[in-house]
Amino acid sequence: MIDFLLDPWEFAFMQRALLAACLAALVCSVIGVFVVLRGMAFMGDAVAHSSLAGMSVAYFFGGSVFWGAFAWAVPASLAITFISRKAKVKLDTAIGIIFASGFAIGIILMSQVNNYTADLFALLFGNVLAVSWGEVLLIALVTGGILLLIVMLYKELLFTAYDATMSAASGIPVRFLQYLLPVLVGVTTVASLRVVGIVLVLALLVTPAATAALLARRLPGIMIFSVLVGLISTVAGLYLSFHADLPSGPSIVVMATGIFLAALLFSPSKGVIWQGLR
Amino acid sequence: MGLIKPIKGEISILGAKGSLERHLVGYIPQAELVDWDFPVTVADVALMGRYSLRGLFRRTTKEDREAADSSLELVKMFELRNRLIGELSGGQRRRVLLARAMAHSPELLLLDEPMAGLDATTQHQLLDLLDQLRSNGATVVLSTHDLSCVSSRCDKACCLNRKQIAFGKPSDVLNEQVLGDTFGTHLLMVHLDGQAYAYQHHTHSEESSELERLPGNGHSHD
Repeated sequence: MIDFLLDPWEFAFMQRALLAACLAALVCSVIGVFVVLRGMAFMGDAVAHSSLAGMSVAYFFGGSVFWGAFAWAVPASLAITFISRKAKVKLDTAIGIIFASGFAIGIILMSQVNNYTADLFALLFGNVLAVSWGEVLLIALVTGGILLLIVMLYKELLFTAYDATMSAASGIPVRFLQYLLPVLVGVTTVASLRVVGIVLVLALLVTPAATAALLARRLPGIMIFSVLVGLISTVAGLYLSFHADLPSGPSIVVMATGIFLAALLFSPSKGVIWQGLR
Repeated sequence: MGLIKPIKGEISILGAKGSLERHLVGYIPQAELVDWDFPVTVADVALMGRYSLRGLFRRTTKEDREAADSSLELVKMFELRNRLIGELSGGQRRRVLLARAMAHSPELLLLDEPMAGLDATTQHQLLDLLDQLRSNGATVVLSTHDLSCVSSRCDKACCLNRKQIAFGKPSDVLNEQVLGDTFGTHLLMVHLDGQAYAYQHHTHSEESSELERLPGNGHSHD
């Protein structure tokens, strides 16, 4: 049993993977609470998919895939918000356009590189076991920065998410926050791409927060539960990945989904089973 | 509240121009516009009324929490302070919004259709509460379509339909001519025990109309 628990961490690559995955899960779980409450899930997914364009440009020219994704994610998040606010286009339509166009550009560029499928696979589904110390540091910086901003702007983000009109009437810079939050969501997804990849990052963003909403009542409690669910499923997923020799990203997502289903059935206040018995 | 820029003219609140005097005004939006499923408690919402006094990056203080609590006591919601807002009844929801608007002790209270969707008993409880706030020195302005509430409870009424139709004491203002112009239809007035009741005669399309209540020593400029 002890061996089962300790074996994975004898390897340096597993230590790096654990650190990177936990940092990504931490920031995703916190920002995910706002994503779930404001119905921004599809937006985070779109930023992740469209940032394939930025990644493939960086890949094509031999630069850092990470920075390529960042450079794409921030303007993409701003563009979605701007288009939906200014143009006569609905939010989900704007999201769909950015989603597909960025992804298409990314695939076209990747297809110009010989033997691109292996690398494309890593971008799409993540490969946290191959993460470098430099990337761990980068994820740590992004996570720290976003968490600091959320702590400092907590009451403004809370009020604006709950009641934007009244929060504007109270003198809170609502418009600034309405642009800032999508950017934070975009940067968060990019920071997590190494861990779960483009296709699965949505799960890390939404599942822990949705699970927490079934378990806690108030926003601070939901955030704490969300972080717990995110971290537990990450560690459990890495064990599963190591011992069963399964891909790490999907293993983490499967674990998170399992916890969500358990909460959906057994949550004391909102669980399906208790409500059925009542 | 600085949410909409006036097309023409300017707004002055209690002698001060512009929307910068936010701390003087408490505003209660229409209850349907509030997200009642949001995971916040009664106490959380009341505390939001204090945010305008604290700038960006600042945390709320003990003083803020005490002010929010006494605001909740005022509307008799203190016992329910740990309830989620989604668990409240219609009248309780209205009182939470009132507590939030009162939390920073404004001198002027603006209410947008506060009576809509409430049963008669709850309406009277809310109006009694507003009377109590007036006796503490606050000015209350509300928009409503409820004429009997205006005639029985308000000091002044202002009838609006694109422009000001009439302004003055409800007993002077609420006559058939004014109401006809306001609602764009013919209304039958019945006077009973010194109160005026209006009945619609024909059914025409009802245009936007508002009646305002200006009790106490109200200052208001359109």
